[in-house]
Amino acid sequence: MLPERIIREGHVQPESWQFVGFEEPLVIEPLPEGPIVVPLALWKAQRALLQNRGTPVGVWLKPDDEPGELADDVATLPFIAVHFPKFTDGRGYSTASLLRRRYGFRGELRAFGDVGRDQLFFLKRVGFDSFGLAPHRDPVTAVASFGDFSLRYQGSVDDPAPLFRKRGQEGRA
Amino acid sequence: MYRYDAYDHAIVQERVAQFRDQTRRYLAGELTDDEFRPLRLQNGLYIQRHAPMYRIAVPYGLLASRQLRKLASIVRRYDRGYGHFSTRQNLQINWPKLEDVPDILAELATVEMHSNQTSGNDIRNITTDHFAGVAPDELVDPRPYAEILRQWSTFHPEFAYLPRKFKIALNGAATDRTVLRIHDIGIEFVRNTEGELGLRFYAGGGMGRTPILAPVIRDFVPWRHMLTYTEAIVRVYNRYGRRDNIWKARIKILVKSLGVEEFARRVEEEWALLQDSPHIVTDAEFDRVARHFTLPAYELLPDIDTAYEHALGTNKAFARWAGRNVHGHRQAGYAAVTLSLKKPGIAPGDITGEQMDIVADLADRYSFGELRVSHEQNLILADVRKRDLFAVWEAAKAAGLATPTVGLLTNIIACPGGDFCSLANAKSIPIALAIQDRFADLDYLHDIGELDLNISGCMNSCGHHHVGHIGILGVDKNGSEWYQVSIGGRQGNNAALGQVIGPSFAAAEMPDVVSTLIETYLELRHPDELFVDTVERVGIAPFKTRVYSENKELARAA
Repeated sequence: MLPERIIREGHVQPESWQFVGFEEPLVIEPLPEGPIVVPLALWKAQRALLQNRGTPVGVWLKPDDEPGELADDVATLPFIAVHFPKFTDGRGYSTASLLRRRYGFRGELRAFGDVGRDQLFFLKRVGFDSFGLAPHRDPVTAVASFGDFSLRYQGSVDDPAPLFRKRGQEGRA
Repeated sequence: MYRYDAYDHAIVQERVAQFRDQTRRYLAGELTDDEFRPLRLQNGLYIQRHAPMYRIAVPYGLLASRQLRKLASIVRRYDRGYGHFSTRQNLQINWPKLEDVPDILAELATVEMHSNQTSGNDIRNITTDHFAGVAPDELVDPRPYAEILRQWSTFHPEFAYLPRKFKIALNGAATDRTVLRIHDIGIEFVRNTEGELGLRFYAGGGMGRTPILAPVIRDFVPWRHMLTYTEAIVRVYNRYGRRDNIWKARIKILVKSLGVEEFARRVEEEWALLQDSPHIVTDAEFDRVARHFTLPAYELLPDIDTAYEHALGTNKAFARWAGRNVHGHRQAGYAAVTLSLKKPGIAPGDITGEQMDIVADLADRYSFGELRVSHEQNLILADVRKRDLFAVWEAAKAAGLATPTVGLLTNIIACPGGDFCSLANAKSIPIALAIQDRFADLDYLHDIGELDLNISGCMNSCGHHHVGHIGILGVDKNGSEWYQVSIGGRQGNNAALGQVIGPSFAAAEMPDVVSTLIETYLELRHPDELFVDTVERVGIAPFKTRVYSENKELARAA
């Protein structure tokens, strides 16, 4: 199940993307109208066709999908989503970090699946900027957790410099 | 030792608030057990046999007296008046209430302590040599590096949900006292031919069901790249480590299945992209941290203290204690002292709140207000004047902390085992106590010589049984508790894993089994040969034969 509301830029908004090949076995034809998000395998197989649809197309990745497979597409893709089958499966954090830092993806990066409010702070740090919580979780109260920490020791996508490059420079220490 | 600045204080305060809210939501039914479990584990909280078990971090084993007094007050107020020091240099308490843990965390924060990442599938407490900074054989004081790693790994956003727990140790001395190669990452300080300081990285060690000594992944990493190279290793592990089987999820399995070369190649590939990372350690940061680990205000003293020498010559009990529990020091006229938590009749590593207060007083009076926790589950006063050793001994003796057996058979390492831990297959503590009781005669014990006896209550190997000269592992067979014995393991520079001698034994047999092993050794040993050296020379066969022929009338587990 995917939620009807997602968190984007810190606010709860209605979902605007349709995920393909996620809840049912993959059926390529007919694809739904409007903005769609397709699995990596379909993207690789039908890339030219999908690019000529005339409506936005994003790609969603499984935890073991190699983000490098999208290296040539990150400049044009508007949307990439990373699935978390279980919130304890941390591979997606590295996937996001690599998409942002190594491959330079600047579009919307979505974490979805078994995602809860207690993961949001870290997910945001590694480069996710939109979040589809598990449907039974309330996105409205969850946004509070973006403020769990005001300081971080190590750099990440949100702020590459570790604390040690800032200590004593803000008059705080 | 390291002192928090305003940043460090703010971060632990925010952690307290975060965990308080998570606990509140759990108790209100807003978080399920499954959702809450990883959150509480990342704060050191297990749900155990009797009650929660709560593990408080002692970063690289270093404690100030005021911190130990706080721990004493916590065990009195929130627990049953005692705690247990673990092989990861942490303190565990066994009876706290779940709803009290946020308050305990808040109290810890007032003395710059926490329980961050003391459990869970994340980067755990960094450990190092309990003689760091004072050992005569030290090349580099590892503590500033350990602190820099601690900060980097604390709440690392990418590595909070690793396939499995991840343990890092550092060794800066000629003799390894950290059991470096049983760690997921072991870092050893080295100098290259140009004399530059670097780090040799080992990765993929571990105990558990598949014990492996970590191989070298890279011989020389410039020290400034400590964080970037660690990041490269942990990223490869996070991405490719197995998540389908908890028993195959540690990095050792990944290194083994890829092969050391392929694993190292992937790490290199990752690391190549981190060559201009802002995580390259700066001089300013290193100096800032290292300033906290400067030498205390030592008195200039002659190395030989006549009063100490006199006491050694006239008081046999003191001399025996000094022979085992007093250790060399790089500063003339000073020594390091082990305060033993291995008193017969007391679970290894256990300490009462009253004893904590006494140790804190001793640290203030005799050792610049600091102490260390060793992975052998004892406490260390690292900077004691030799002329004070007799007074320290008398005070320690009065407090039950002067058992003169460091390095000997009864200085047993043991996990809490089935008495407390819900993971355990079998009890550890009664076995330890029965063996200590059997070998209560100090003359006999000293004649046997140095011998590490380590006990784990299950394959998680918290009691380090694989590297014990004698290792005992609790196993469950058809619902009853049995004990598998291995010999020939060792820690130190020639670390080795023990070999199992054969079928398991019942609890009641264990003192006899150990006695038989010792008798066999005493018959076979060459002069100046330790038990483990004899095992290495003659192999396990003579021991095995004796043990199974002498104990054959007893029931044997299949």
